[in-house]
Amino acid sequence: MHIPDGILSAPVLIGGAGVAAAGVGLALARLDERAIPRVAMLSAVFFAGSLVAVPVGPSSVHLVFSGLLGVMLGLGIFPAVLVGLALQAVMFGIGGITTLGINTVNMALPGALIGLAVGPLIRAARSPGRAALLGGIAGAATVVASGLLVAASLWLSSADYGLVAQVLLVTYLPLALAEGAVTAAVVIFLARVQPEALAPRLAVGPE
Amino acid sequence: MILPGDLRLRLAAAFVAVALWSQLAGLAPALLAVLLALALFALARQPLPWRRLLHLEAFLLLLFVTLPFTIEGHPVLSLGPLDASAEGFARAFVLAAKVTASVLLIALLIGGREPLHLGRALAGLGLPEPLVRLFIATARYIGVIGAEARRLRDAMRARGFRPRSNLHTWRSYGYLVGMLLVRALDRADRVEDAMRLRGFTGRYPRAPLPAPVPADWVGAALITGAAALTLIWDKL
Repeated sequence: MHIPDGILSAPVLIGGAGVAAAGVGLALARLDERAIPRVAMLSAVFFAGSLVAVPVGPSSVHLVFSGLLGVMLGLGIFPAVLVGLALQAVMFGIGGITTLGINTVNMALPGALIGLAVGPLIRAARSPGRAALLGGIAGAATVVASGLLVAASLWLSSADYGLVAQVLLVTYLPLALAEGAVTAAVVIFLARVQPEALAPRLAVGPE
Repeated sequence: MILPGDLRLRLAAAFVAVALWSQLAGLAPALLAVLLALALFALARQPLPWRRLLHLEAFLLLLFVTLPFTIEGHPVLSLGPLDASAEGFARAFVLAAKVTASVLLIALLIGGREPLHLGRALAGLGLPEPLVRLFIATARYIGVIGAEARRLRDAMRARGFRPRSNLHTWRSYGYLVGMLLVRALDRADRVEDAMRLRGFTGRYPRAPLPAPVPADWVGAALITGAAALTLIWDKL
């Protein structure tokens, strides 16, 4: 999930940084400064949530929640993911600093697109169960899309990484399963307790 | 003391040097990069960050295991039908060296710094103000939310919850994250209200950072210059 420094080729790094900068720029242009605590708070929840090891079969996975983040933040997922990755790189040495751009794109772009596509359906769902089903699909699909992007970043950097990229994709399947199940549970909880939390709110301050 | 004291120059030097090193292709220059990073650690009299070095991502290990078999070349080792090539091993060592050198340099120049100071330095480097606020606020809230997550998990454990690979576990973790989200959103609104009440206008009053002293410039120039020379040697 976090590609470190020293692995990828220059065009992939520069392209990733460019797309990430565009995404962050678009989000910041829409982000009311009163909504910054909200984005930061959500970013921190996903940071803390990703530290929980969730058992899947004989192993365990760390969830990313990028699908849920996309539903709850829309384009705001770009700065939220960028800041989370930067803190992980500085605090724990996980990931890298030249790969911040491409890692942000790999996680935030699927989240933003799926959030934009599925978010309205989740909010319009007639029952919490239906919202949970949609949320689960969004969570799992986002992880699979992220896996494809990570594999593509490796493969585009060097054809020698082809085998690794394929093996990596297989390891994303248990993650997608757990991510889908847990995201569905989060969505059913929010749909019952605080449905307005499922709508991105970047432009208006607290009511 | 060769390391620049100014955090802006440290950030810039680390970024430029790591970016240059990431494009190394030869084994000797990559090993030189590791030696340079180790020499900086020795000069700064810092202990090596073993935890960071050992924290290799799973796929990185995978890369080191598979590359000798996927790259064609002179076979040096045979495992059944598979031949590991010398070229593949060399490639794996180049990658390992580059990753190690980058992790070392980042740990030395930026690791362990207060997020508040990093945020100020990033603002000094021209990062947009909302992004800087987001960076500082997230760093602060990670501690707050992390403590809340620990309380909720302790409560679950007190009720006899044991994580297993089943639907009950996944649903329980989902409710845990849902509860965290509800509390975090309430907290965000309270934070924003409290800041408005105190007259916050969306911008922290920040004293300008002092200009870097000449020694800082020399240190940053030496580090980036050494990294540039490594890359030039590699491309010759």
